[in-house]
Amino acid sequence: MSAPFYKYGLFGDEISLVIAFLIGIGFGFFLERAGFGNARKLAAQFYFYDMTVFKVMFTAIVTAMIGLYYLSVLGFVDLSLVYVSPTFLLPQVVGGLILGVGFAVGGYCPGTSAVSAATGRLDGMVFLLGIVAGIFFFGEVFPAIESFYTATPMGSVTLPQLFGVPYGLILFLVVLMALGGFLLAGWAEKKFAHLRPE
Amino acid sequence: MSTPSSAITDHALHKERPYWHPYAAGIGLGLVLLFSFVIAGRGLGASGAFSSLVATVVHAVAPEHAQNNAFYGEYLGDGSKSSLLDWLVFEVIGVFAGGFLSGALAGRLRITVEKGPHISTGGRLTLAFLGGFIMGVGAKLARGCTSGQGLTGGALLSVGGWAFMLCVFAGAYATAYFVRRQWI
Repeated sequence: MSAPFYKYGLFGDEISLVIAFLIGIGFGFFLERAGFGNARKLAAQFYFYDMTVFKVMFTAIVTAMIGLYYLSVLGFVDLSLVYVSPTFLLPQVVGGLILGVGFAVGGYCPGTSAVSAATGRLDGMVFLLGIVAGIFFFGEVFPAIESFYTATPMGSVTLPQLFGVPYGLILFLVVLMALGGFLLAGWAEKKFAHLRPE
Repeated sequence: MSTPSSAITDHALHKERPYWHPYAAGIGLGLVLLFSFVIAGRGLGASGAFSSLVATVVHAVAPEHAQNNAFYGEYLGDGSKSSLLDWLVFEVIGVFAGGFLSGALAGRLRITVEKGPHISTGGRLTLAFLGGFIMGVGAKLARGCTSGQGLTGGALLSVGGWAFMLCVFAGAYATAYFVRRQWI
């Protein structure tokens, strides 16, 4: 075992900020390459005529998931040292629904609006202002909703732990689901091609 | 006056390269996420950086108010260092730089507003602000956005991440019909 490098003390906090910046460059680069700096491309997902969001997102998830799994099986990465954000099921379900509404209304999510603003899109810049205002609003009402925010805590739990099945089985099912999804996406793009604006 | 030859030159200068194939871009994105797991022991994120920014500003304007609020407090820490000296803040600065770099190399840098043909620019910008506001609230309630919960939580098979991601798609598809004039 020698990874995650940071957790094994290969570098300190200051270097980690430089690494964060470099990783961010890679993240922003591929988001832009996918067309995610463009709200029309992102919103097209919700009218089925261009399913790029689904395809890119699940290709990325499957790539990282399989890569991490095999690096841990080979003994290179200690999977238990990779941070899994704790689950608070109810607020995350409600938060996800609210965020989905914001996605359809505004056309971006936080990461993609950063790329959009960086490439000159005024709607992306305004969306970023909206995010900051929304977070400020959330912060101001936080004392009133704190009990809901911390409701249904489940700890850092993964699907294999929840269902008590091997990690590899869930991984296999996610890959199957993604492949099925890619086929359906291709079918939907043909079926809804007439919705594409001129 | 635009002559035919200058029109051709203009066209060549402003020619935007096509986006990458979704699966190619997805593999690139997945490898960046994998690098982040292996090097830093954590995945990608975005909304947390904006929370650090908001907490810092609120603290600068009204220090006591910020310290008495558990949400801001989470980002302010013990006050020994600026909450802007944070992993996610630097990662998101990188996202701006990486997006700019990719856009510049592909000829896609342009001051413009992305919208469908049936909505005014003012209408689009109003909805962009409103959507951003709703997203800011949702992302904080969910403890992360499409990057931190969706991509990262998805690849780590997090229960909350997967529940979140399904709900994002459900919320967006349920809303799409009502805002269709903006996009199609």
